[in-house]
This record gives sequence, structure tokens and C-alpha cells, in this order.
Amino acid sequence: MILSRWFPAITVMAMVFFAGAPLMIARAPYESTMGLVQKIFYFHVPAWIAMFSAAFVCGISSGIYLFKGKKLADHLAVAAAELTVLFGLIGLVTGPLWARKAWGLWWQWDARLTSALILWMIFVAYQLLRQYGGPGSDKLAAGMALFGMANVPFVYWSVNVWRTIHPTTNVVPTLVPGMSEAFLWCSVAFVLIFILTLSARVKLESHRAAIDRLYLSLDD
Amino acid sequence: MTVSRFIRVAWLIVKKDLTIEARSRELFLTTLFFAVSCVLVFAFGFVSDQNPIGDAAAGILWIAIAFAGTLALGRAFERERYHDVLHALLLAPVDRPAIYIGKLLGVICLLAIVEIIIVPLISLFFQTPILRHPWLLGGLLACGTLGFASVGTLFAAMLVRARSRDVLLPVLLYPITVPVIIAGVRGTVLLLQPEIDVIMVRAWIGMLVFFDVVFITLSLWTFEPLMTD
Amino acid sequence: MAEPVVSAPTVKSVMSSSQFLDDFDCLAFEDVSRYFGRMRALSHVSFSCAAGEIVGVLGPNGAGKSTLLALAATLISPSAGGIRYGNHGTHERGGNVRANIGMLSHDTQLYPELTARENLHFFAGLFGVQDPASCAEAALSRSALSVRGDEPVMKFSRGMRQRLALERALIHDPKLVLLDEPFTGLDDSSSKSLANRLQGLRDSGRIILLTTHDFEAAEGLLDRVALLWDGALLNVEPVTGSLRDHYVSHTHQVAHTVKVSR
Repeated sequence: MILSRWFPAITVMAMVFFAGAPLMIARAPYESTMGLVQKIFYFHVPAWIAMFSAAFVCGISSGIYLFKGKKLADHLAVAAAELTVLFGLIGLVTGPLWARKAWGLWWQWDARLTSALILWMIFVAYQLLRQYGGPGSDKLAAGMALFGMANVPFVYWSVNVWRTIHPTTNVVPTLVPGMSEAFLWCSVAFVLIFILTLSARVKLESHRAAIDRLYLSLDD
Repeated sequence: MTVSRFIRVAWLIVKKDLTIEARSRELFLTTLFFAVSCVLVFAFGFVSDQNPIGDAAAGILWIAIAFAGTLALGRAFERERYHDVLHALLLAPVDRPAIYIGKLLGVICLLAIVEIIIVPLISLFFQTPILRHPWLLGGLLACGTLGFASVGTLFAAMLVRARSRDVLLPVLLYPITVPVIIAGVRGTVLLLQPEIDVIMVRAWIGMLVFFDVVFITLSLWTFEPLMTD
Repeated sequence: MAEPVVSAPTVKSVMSSSQFLDDFDCLAFEDVSRYFGRMRALSHVSFSCAAGEIVGVLGPNGAGKSTLLALAATLISPSAGGIRYGNHGTHERGGNVRANIGMLSHDTQLYPELTARENLHFFAGLFGVQDPASCAEAALSRSALSVRGDEPVMKFSRGMRQRLALERALIHDPKLVLLDEPFTGLDDSSSKSLANRLQGLRDSGRIILLTTHDFEAAEGLLDRVALLWDGALLNVEPVTGSLRDHYVSHTHQVAHTVKVSR
């Protein structure tokens, strides 16, 4: 895989960024109203960024797999879907924890949260399909991913229209200059981790397929 | 394949489905009764002070359609799976999307008849003036049902050869059709108000039309690769 | 039960000429393999069938016979290798190729709630026959089911359903006829009339590929036999003597070969 050469370098970089993250976060100024609790934001938003990237990668590679049949695209789709669920889970856990402390409620039906939740659920459904759908479910799951991607704008729009009738508090605060460095640092850390885990997972998947091929060629 | 042949094939399939349905009435009766049971069960769930909550009627209508629709879709394709007829259909020298359109139209006819029956029923049970603006309500129901059925037909078709297809159909279908439910319910709630906001209702119908166009196109496009092994 | 009237199809299936492949005179499997994950259904199968012959695929359960037929019918695609229909390759799996293929599968592939006539009418229309009504009538009379034509198929016996299913498979007069275990559940007279029908088709230049367990029923019918074992093609040879001898002589050797256990 293309990234194998860079794998060690990216691993080191990711570790550096991740290790440095607590320092950067500690150095960032306190937010006026929320205080310490607001600092979850530095992991929360990058987790969502990673999730959306993973979803995007899964959607594109699913399309390629469905119409061109390239096996590598399927491996990429599987890996990206798992990471979507993983990073989405991080976002879904950190979000309510933060919201509860900051604004007193666990959940809010605004467009961003709802479309993120729906997207997460679509990829959970993707996983269920691949796991329990039996043979041939790889193609079906690819179709599901495509539909999921096409769906996101509609969810966002409809929840937006629905909720503007009821005013809500803004969940993501504006970034004070001191915060943006920490935010960028953590975003880079998460993106690096995403790339790392994605390529590791794709490699795992390719190896699994290679073993299957070996089994098949055993009797030739 | 020419357009007229496409239409002819779709028509053949619709006619076949309606003939079978007219004879056995199995899908129609079971779906209808299930929809009515849904309405009843939800009505019991959403009662306050001895009376059903007014706005709940809108939600219950669309949930009943979604649940009954899922059941109907599963059964409609079970018919093709039984005796392996689906493979005979796939063997035909036709554009496969024509098969999709044929099955879609059949499911829509079935759901339309079910809706015509449960909407007055809901009006009765919940004492809500849901039929005050029949054209707007009809528009919402038509576009929403089309959106739901278009995605549902594709998923039901592609799941025919999968395991656990009964439970996987709702698992896959409901997240994708969330916009349809939101638009349908919000639009219907608006229609229940004493003074309706026609512009908003039209906006919801507009979104549903857009949804239908996008997803029918996507379904036609992906039907062939999803049905071939 | 009176033996059904068998005659060469009198109705010229008139499909639009663009759908007929004029040069479709042989079916060729070229190093075809089909895998399902780690399970190998077929491996490196190569053989061909020419027009005007009946080829039988023999093998135990799980040998890959149904997979082979499904591949020939374009219902599934090969994991490796290709299948040629005359001069047209696997990648051209569109309607044109399917128009020339008729398949009788394990299941009857008929709608039980519809009548025999309605079933045939539907499939005739679907397969592009230009006059579905009269084609359906002709098919009904060929299989001696005209009297029961307006009864729902669910009321038919197994043998009647099989006869109707055969008519459905052949309704568009296909060049390539695929039959998956066609003799299962048929009594002697039905088997004989099916064999006669197939011979008639062979004489009119069709390519016929069938799988079977039933050596007695297929005796004297096959021109060549292909022996399948565990996904591999052991041999393809012209039929001399009894089918059982062919089958036993090859599988005997294979069964005693030490196989690496997976």
C-alpha cells in the first residue's frame, strides 16, 4: 500500500502530536462561561472531523467498488466505515458529557448534531449489514454507503428548517485566538491518527484477502 | 432498450403484481390491518388526560406508514424469492431498472390504498381535522410515500439474496428515510394548525420532491450492480 | 396419463432481430473459476458445447454443477476466466446475450397465484416475444396443459409444474438451453417425453447443457458428458456405454487420491 513507506514517519508524528496535545490544551486560555469543561472541545470537534473524513472516504470508495469492482476500494470502504463508527462514538460520548456540564442538557436536536447522529447510525447499519448479511453483502453495503452519503444534505436541511422555528443555543463557540492553536494541534493529531488507523486496517484487510487467495490456490 | 419497451416491461410487472394481489389480497389485508394496529397501539401510548394528544396524530400517521410500508416491501419481494422467480426475472433480456420501476409502482399502489383508509381513521380516532386541506395532505403523502418506497424497493430487492433480510431492511431503511419522516410529520402538523402556513407546507413538499428525484435516480443507477453477483 | 404431444416449436419466436445473436453457435468456458470467500465452487473449468448437442454435467452434491449453470446463464459472474457465447464475451452480459438463454432451474420459477396461461403470458411478454398470447397458447398445448390453463399453478402437481416450467424456460425459443436437474421428481413417462423434447431441440440446432443425478433418465440422451468433482472438471468425453460407467471410472480414481485437507 502506498502509505507503508511513510507508516513509521506518520506513527512518530502522530505520537508526538498526541503527546503534545495535553500540553497545548493546558496552555490554551479558559473560556469565559464554561471554564475547564470547555476543553473537551479540543477532542470533541477533531473527533467529528475525523468521523466525517472517514465517512467521506467510505462513500467514495464504496462508489468505486460498486461500479468498478476494485478490491482495494472495498478494503478501504470497510476500514473507513469502522473508523466512522469509532470516531463517531468518541464524538457522541464527549458531546453530551460537555453539554451536560456546560448547558445542563444531554442532547439537542439541532441540524449538526442530528445529521452527525444519523450519519453515524447509517454506518452502524453498514457494519451490521456486512456482519450479518451473508455472502455478497460487500456490494450491498457499498450501495448502503452511497445512499447514506446522498442522504446527509437532506437530513441537515430538514432538521435545520425544523429547528429554526425553535431557537437553540449555539453548541460550538467562536474561537478566541489563544484557542485556535490548541484546536489546530488537536485536529492534526486526530487526522494523523485517522490516517494511521485507516492504513493499518486496510493493510489488515488486504492480508486477509491474500490469505483467502492462498487457501484457494492450495489445491491448484 | 427503447423507452417504450422499458415502460412495457414495468407495466407487465405492475399488472402481474396487481393481479396476484387482487386474487390473494394477502399483502393488502395484512398491511392494512397492521397499519390500523399500529395506529391503535400508538394512540394508547400517546394519551394524556383521557384524550389523545392532537399533534401526535401527525407522527402516528407517518410512523404507521413507515412500519406498514416496511412490512409490505419485505413481503412483496418475498414473493419473488419464493420459487426463485427473481432469477427468472433477472434472466429476462430487459433493462433491469425496468424491474425496479415495476415493483416500485406496485408497492406505491398498495400503500396508496392503505393510506386512503387510515387517514380518515386517524381523523376519527384523534378528532383532528386532518382532512381539512386534502390537496396539500395528498401532496405530502404522495411525495413522502414515493420517497420512502423508492429507497425501500431498492433495499428490499438487494436484500433478497442476503441473510437476516427481515431485520436488515428496517435497519438500513429507517436512517435513510429520516428526511421523509421529518418532512412528512412537520408538514402534517402544520396542516393541523387552525391557520396553516401554506408556504412552509409547500417547502416541505418541495424538499420531498427533490428527495424523490435524487433517490429514484440513485436507485435506477445502482440497481443493476447491486442485483448482479 | 396420456403422453404429452411433443413437436418441434411451431411458433417462430419473433423477437426483434437486434436481440438475436446470429453467430451464437457455441458456448465456451475458458479457465473459469468462481470463489465465495474461501470456498471454491469452481476452479479452472474449460470446455465448450457446440450447437446441436446435448452435454450433461455429472457430479456428486456440492461438485459445483448449479454454480456452473448459473455462470452459463450470466446470473453470476466468474471470479476468474471468461465465458464466450459465440463471438461475444462475458463482459457483454447485457440483454442481447440473455435473450438467447433459457434456463430451467431447481425451483419452478412460476407464480403460484397466477394461472398457467397468465404465467406463460407474463414471461412471454417479459422475454420479448412479439405475440405473447398465441405463444402462451401454443406452449400450453405443447405441454398438454391447455385444459388446465386457467387454474392457478399452486393447484398443479409436481410433474405438471415441471412441464409448465419447461415451457416457461423455452417460451422465447432460446439458442442455449440450460437445465438444472430436470428429471427430479418426474415419473417415467414424463421423463421420456422430456427427453424426446430435448432431442427435438438438439436436432433443431440448440445448445443444451444439463446437470443431473439421474443416470437412468438421462441414458441415451446425452452426446457428451462432463464430469465435475469438488469444483474441478475431471473430463469431458463423448458418451460410450452407460453413464454410470463414465461416472464411476473417473470418480473412483479421484476418491482414492490423497487430498490435502484444508
